[in-house]
Amino acid sequence: MRTLLRHTLVRRLVTALATLFGVAVVVFVMLRAIPGSQITANLGIETAALTPEQRASLEAYYGLDRPLVVQFFSWLGGLLTGNLGWSSRAHTSVLALTAQALPVTLELALLTIVLSLVIGVPLGMLSASKPNSARDAAGQVVGLAGLSIPAFLLATALLSALSAWLHWNPNGAGYASPGKDLGLNLEQMVLPALTLAFGIAAPIMRTTRSAVLEIRSEDFVRTARAKGVPPRRLQARHVLRNALVPIVTMTGLQFGYLLGGAVVVEQVFSLPGIGRQVLLGIQQKEYATVQSTVLVIALAFVVVNLLTDALYRLIDPRVRAA
Amino acid sequence: MQRGSRRGGLFAAGFATLALVLAACSATPQPSDTSSAGAPATTGAAPAAGGNLVVGVTSDPNTLDPWKATQFQAVAVLQTLYGTLTEFDKDLNVVPGLATSWDVSSDGLTVTFHLRQGVTFSDGSTLSSADVVSSLTKIKDKATAAVAAASLASVASIAAPDASTVVLTLSAPDAALLANLAVINMAIVPAKADEATLATTPDGTGPFVLKAHTPNQSLTVARNAAYWGDKALLDTVEFRVIPDQSSIVSAMQSGNVQMSVLDDPLVAQTAAAAGLTIQKTPQLSYHVLQLNASRSVLSDVNVRLAIQCAIDRQQVLDTAALGEGEVTGPITSPAYKSDPNDRPCPTRDVAKAKDYLAKAGKSGGVTIDTIVSTGEYSTSVNEAQNLQSQLAEAGITLKLEVLESGAYVDRWVAADFDAAVALNGGRPDPDGMYSRYFTSTGNLNKVAGYSSPTLDQLFVQGRASSDPAVRKPIYKKIGEELENNAAWVWLFTGYNYTATVKGVTGFVPMANNSLQFLRTTGLS
Repeated sequence: MRTLLRHTLVRRLVTALATLFGVAVVVFVMLRAIPGSQITANLGIETAALTPEQRASLEAYYGLDRPLVVQFFSWLGGLLTGNLGWSSRAHTSVLALTAQALPVTLELALLTIVLSLVIGVPLGMLSASKPNSARDAAGQVVGLAGLSIPAFLLATALLSALSAWLHWNPNGAGYASPGKDLGLNLEQMVLPALTLAFGIAAPIMRTTRSAVLEIRSEDFVRTARAKGVPPRRLQARHVLRNALVPIVTMTGLQFGYLLGGAVVVEQVFSLPGIGRQVLLGIQQKEYATVQSTVLVIALAFVVVNLLTDALYRLIDPRVRAA
Repeated sequence: MQRGSRRGGLFAAGFATLALVLAACSATPQPSDTSSAGAPATTGAAPAAGGNLVVGVTSDPNTLDPWKATQFQAVAVLQTLYGTLTEFDKDLNVVPGLATSWDVSSDGLTVTFHLRQGVTFSDGSTLSSADVVSSLTKIKDKATAAVAAASLASVASIAAPDASTVVLTLSAPDAALLANLAVINMAIVPAKADEATLATTPDGTGPFVLKAHTPNQSLTVARNAAYWGDKALLDTVEFRVIPDQSSIVSAMQSGNVQMSVLDDPLVAQTAAAAGLTIQKTPQLSYHVLQLNASRSVLSDVNVRLAIQCAIDRQQVLDTAALGEGEVTGPITSPAYKSDPNDRPCPTRDVAKAKDYLAKAGKSGGVTIDTIVSTGEYSTSVNEAQNLQSQLAEAGITLKLEVLESGAYVDRWVAADFDAAVALNGGRPDPDGMYSRYFTSTGNLNKVAGYSSPTLDQLFVQGRASSDPAVRKPIYKKIGEELENNAAWVWLFTGYNYTATVKGVTGFVPMANNSLQFLRTTGLS
């Protein structure tokens, strides 16, 4: 056992499982600590008109009459057999709902990250190429704007402007999955991905800038330059390659957050993603939906973290040796 | 309860629905294309049959069980799918539905319904009196937990002497019964259907049938070719979920969505500025400061009257809701409407308010714990803050507790507040609207916090006659009784805004926020 635990991968897996269990407990407790239940969420103030018999019958229907410990372990037991629970609002299993919502969020997250890297890394390198110059200042201003303009504002402004002036609003057509209509699907992803990328490109740009500046002052870069390595090659092979570790860390972190669903952007652009699934679950107090979905998100986060770690080994031989 | 087996069935049904949805969605033509086909837009002419209307809604129905639906989106969808014994016309008068006529005995204790012939459910079976008896019995049964159970409280027995007749025997005359039977929570379903199956596979007698449903995304209904009345004009109506009201307006501007109902005055203004047609409809629901007279601080009528006199209702309306609405008295239904000037202080009178406080021996001022919800409707917090500043001038301190809607409902249901800023639903019949609040045996009396022998008696009188001429003065008296005792402080009624694009005709918005006239709506 001891030798097994010493193995990095095993150790990481054990930590991951413990993290997930912790998340499960916290979500379960928090949901029940907030006021209201599925009954009040469904009936609103009409709940007051229920007789005790009616209330009891509804509690039994929603499974709220069982002791908390039983509720927790029957849910956890269900998870192990792939049963994420039942959404009485949607009249389908949480598994089916998640299978619908997760690809939407995954696609949006991937597109956003690609866009952010395409915008952020070159901008960061440009800024770093001549620190404190006009182009650096311009880059910094763009970065600051990206960080400070809230997504809901940008999203609403983009959508209203394009609908009013160009009558172009692919998101009003109802969500199209890539399998149904790939063209429309990509059109629907453009604006939300751009909105999110604007915010995420900013930290990537700043990380790139500072990482590049740091690497450029290292001895080996000076040596390479002295040896006559052409500037372009020097930037790509020597500087950027070595600046990648912090950039990958930042990107992985942002990607993880995106998998949690960009609730605001999903709302404005009517994308049926995982963020909206959690939000609806909370509004309707559908405990199983929220618990299971949050756990799926946590699992995704853990996996992305593991993958980021694996990427370090690929990029940096020193990590591999350690 | 056989929970396990029902779940299994629902699983299977859920997947079957999903498969249907996938098959149906790809076949749905784009409505915006058909509407711009170039036909001359002759407004006023009867629209031709055909077309696919997309209605933008902010949320998916939270249930498809008509007996448990209270959410606007759920009620809107279910009204297209189900039928009721009686119905409302556009002015909220009771008209025949699945019953073509009814007789009320002279003592008011027996109501005999004659059912319409040849009505079929969407499963093909024919409506008979057995279905009506079974539906009403289940709605009345406490174990069903139907939201309209209390509306059948006066019904002692339900019988079917033959296949086309249903007889309700009442324990006391109930003039509100016919109007109470017209709401979708009284939907008639087949006797053999079980509630769990209905929740995924609706089986009603409405003008439309369910065609496709993708949870959280869209729900489509198609014309019911076997409908007993005038067939719907539209081929399909899709309720498309666009969670943000501003995004719905954008989708209408770009031609993806043709209709929606907005409740935020600000968004409605944007929509009007964007060139959409906006129809304003005064609502039965009312904005109110509920006072809980069972709490010691408000048990003295003089304190309650002081609060009433210290409030300029028009100011609340102007600051919180852009002036979009009308100052109201207790009863909002058009036929029995209260005169908002018929109250102790029709205009604000701070001096009089202070007098009332002095009479109560509270010249030093009072503090009222007030609950306010966020997220339920857009104007709540602004209303509360305006009330707070107005009352402060009379020495009355509103201690506001702004709560998330779940927390608010919990406190409201438990009557755990001195005062509550609320937007309560109204009903066409004044008895249905208030007897549950203000009679001592009403199921919401604990929350209302006020009742009196006079009111109890007046409500019994109001139920005893079905003649509007007899009932009107009784409800006028009830309104006065409520105002003179400042049971609550009624503020104003708002509007709902039906937004449509060019080419949508024949839709009639209603004061109870019903979308039942989708069945007469056409696209040209």
